[in-house]
Amino acid sequence: MNAVITTRELRKEFTVRVKTGRFSRARRTVTAVDGVDLTIEAGEMVGYIGPNGAGKSTTLKMLTGILNPTSGHVRVCGLEPVPQRLRLTRNLGVVFGQRSALWWDLPLRESFRLLRHVFDVPRADHAARLAQCRDLLDLDGFLDTPVRQLSLGQRMRGELTAALLHGPRVLFLDEPTIGLDVVSKQAVRGFLSDLGAAGDTTLVLTTHDLADIERLCPRLIVIDHGHVVHDGSVERLHHRYGSHRQVVIDLEADWDPGHAPEGVTAKVDPDDARRVRFHLTPGGPSAGELVARLALRAPLRDMSIVEPDIEDVVARLYQAAPADSAG
Amino acid sequence: MAYRNPLTPYLRLTAAQVRSQAQYRFSFVLDLFGQTAVTVLDFLTILVLFRITPVLGGFELHEVLVMSGIAITGFSIADLAVGNVEQLAHYVRTGLLDAMLIRPRRVLPQLLAVDFQLRRIGRVVFAAVVLAVAAAASGVEWTWWRWLLVVTAPLAGAVFFSAVFVITATTMFWWVDSREFSASFTYGGRDFTSYPLTVFGGGFRRLFGYALGFGFVAYHPTLALLGRADPLGAPGWLGWSGPVVASIAALAAGALWRTGLRHYKGTGS
Repeated sequence: MNAVITTRELRKEFTVRVKTGRFSRARRTVTAVDGVDLTIEAGEMVGYIGPNGAGKSTTLKMLTGILNPTSGHVRVCGLEPVPQRLRLTRNLGVVFGQRSALWWDLPLRESFRLLRHVFDVPRADHAARLAQCRDLLDLDGFLDTPVRQLSLGQRMRGELTAALLHGPRVLFLDEPTIGLDVVSKQAVRGFLSDLGAAGDTTLVLTTHDLADIERLCPRLIVIDHGHVVHDGSVERLHHRYGSHRQVVIDLEADWDPGHAPEGVTAKVDPDDARRVRFHLTPGGPSAGELVARLALRAPLRDMSIVEPDIEDVVARLYQAAPADSAG
Repeated sequence: MAYRNPLTPYLRLTAAQVRSQAQYRFSFVLDLFGQTAVTVLDFLTILVLFRITPVLGGFELHEVLVMSGIAITGFSIADLAVGNVEQLAHYVRTGLLDAMLIRPRRVLPQLLAVDFQLRRIGRVVFAAVVLAVAAAASGVEWTWWRWLLVVTAPLAGAVFFSAVFVITATTMFWWVDSREFSASFTYGGRDFTSYPLTVFGGGFRRLFGYALGFGFVAYHPTLALLGRADPLGAPGWLGWSGPVVASIAALAAGALWRTGLRHYKGTGS
């Protein structure tokens, strides 16, 4: 076990003043993060998702040393984030999709040079990491362009490089693909995927784009109302919330209900009587068995397998009451 | 790997900010003139006052100009170096404060460096010229200790006003927008310091001049520099108290800043 991030019973409360009358204000305590337990191992790639206001960025701020927890235990790279901020931040890379770490009016290259001084990176290490990022992220075409003139996709590639030049052990990415076009999204995801596969860097990613998660993160943590409501693989999420893969079969002739194999129910397409769908449930037959059995009873023309849509599952998860889905 | 000089990264950040602003040369020059003009107006106010009266609180024009020269030079250096800390509420809202917290550097010097405004340098130069001319016109004998005093007084003033900037800005960690309140101590303090203590009423003088320490910035050093006794009867050695008072203010500012930042980390606002 080599945990890079551990939290136990992590809580954060904010006191907000609510106007109750012309001159009177009442203090109300809002719990943004309510007893979060996390263990993230070195080299993991973790998606941390939740609806707006669920406590995602508050958690991230507690992990990066920006905010002090109200109570609970938190260690990142073996350090306590707020008291040991100066040491911890040397081990962290942080990318905010909505905020730039680059110098707006200076060429991209200058930002990298400045960060070398801010993070005290030895010249040779810095040069080696920059060379690698230039290569993988294809930066050469705009290294001498002022950041304000970069496209969003180019800027995000710059932000990723900026966050990696000091060789962080943990990379936090807050909405790294927000606003990017499809091509840039693919470039960013491809780069992060390679980075994660190399295994030296632990990645924690918050996003509203679930395709990021499906592409990058074997492990998914869902937070809602300050509670962790799911921690596990994407498959386990589907399993728990009853979303299944579907087999869609096109027949030569109209569907005859008598042809259905035992243990599965067929749904006929309302627009096409020759198309049927079967939900694959964990206890039932596999896709292969199902197709083999069906082929014995009716001539098949075509078939396809539809993966469950993670967006639907997560939407259902967000709507569920926080108390009974916690765990 | 640690830098031999711990200031190096902050100086590099400052230099980068100056290079950024140099990208907009015309706007920079315009701002430089605008900022200098404001300081010119501060001194013009004093000249206008002396058209009405030959003596202000027992002091002649060149004496008041030495006093305001020390005060405004000190204030302008502080404004150049740490004045942008006034924008703290804005830095909190835009997330710049958080961005500074995720780097392995001290937060306050980073904030000062990344938003350094070189255009404010015009004020320093103009105020220093006024001080030099007024001091030269005072006709005193330039002994070594007068040279020492005329250099250290504005520098101690700069440290003192820097502390005032930080202390008043830090209140924003508790009251989200308190710039008006801050301005009454920073800009108000500068105006108070530019005139002899003798023109202010007793209670106001005791509070601002002595309890809050503004009287030690320019009034007492000017008396010592000009070789005058205090009409209010305070001892002459107070003219040398500036660096001590400034150090106390700086320590208080540092402690308050750390408390404020801790509060921010507790509340996130």
